[in-house]
Amino acid sequence: MNIGFEHIDRLLIVKINGDIDHHSCEEIRSKIDKEITLKNPKSILFDMEQVGFMDSSGIGVLIGRYKLIANNGGKAAMTNIKPQIMRLCEICGLQKIIQIYPNKKQAIAGVKEC
Amino acid sequence: MKVYNEMKLEFLSKSQNESFARSVVAAFVAQLDPTIEELAEIKTAVSEAVTNAIIHGYSCNTGNVVIVSRIIDNTVEVEIRDFGKGIADIELARQPLYTSKPELERSGMGFTVMETFMDKVEIESLPGEGTIIHMTKTIKTA
Repeated sequence: MNIGFEHIDRLLIVKINGDIDHHSCEEIRSKIDKEITLKNPKSILFDMEQVGFMDSSGIGVLIGRYKLIANNGGKAAMTNIKPQIMRLCEICGLQKIIQIYPNKKQAIAGVKEC
Repeated sequence: MKVYNEMKLEFLSKSQNESFARSVVAAFVAQLDPTIEELAEIKTAVSEAVTNAIIHGYSCNTGNVVIVSRIIDNTVEVEIRDFGKGIADIELARQPLYTSKPELERSGMGFTVMETFMDKVEIESLPGEGTIIHMTKTIKTA
């Protein structure tokens, strides 16, 4: 599982490449948490452009990272979500706690405003 | 004349097989020429059921998961069976946000996702003997 990290000021952008399911979520969780511990970002943005599949295990991982960031007063956001994954997010009510943006530029601007 | 086809898949309850299992069912269903959305819904529902079998059915043990899928005209049936510990309270397990393993950061949305993405979901389970999830979905475009 290849996960890319980018930092813009205190915003951590996480680019996940591949499927997010129960098998991959442990590795995703541990890599993101390690980056959060090392760099102490205020907010987090998940760039989902390279995620072709996600099930409810992925929802658990995203909510878990949201809690970590929110506990320190930060915001969580997502962008570039494929339509089939968007439906899953809607069913689980994810958009109520993690702001969803249509593209990365708007997401970065949106999170920085907060 | 009715269209009928059937396949059976059996694999160990290892998380590495989740992707394999949903891809096999998707490849089988592809003969009905579903939309990308319909295929994604079936893959997600299968992934949820297989994950449940691995995490909850077998927990720390390894056993077999059996998937039987049938195509009857334009309807897909998927049956996912484990021989694990079973579900003591099926109605509770079906509740949105319920998880018996909160320490694993589970969302508790597995059955809700299956019920939303498939037309019908039935659960048969006996404590100590295992669980069978029956799901059906009619492919509208077929």
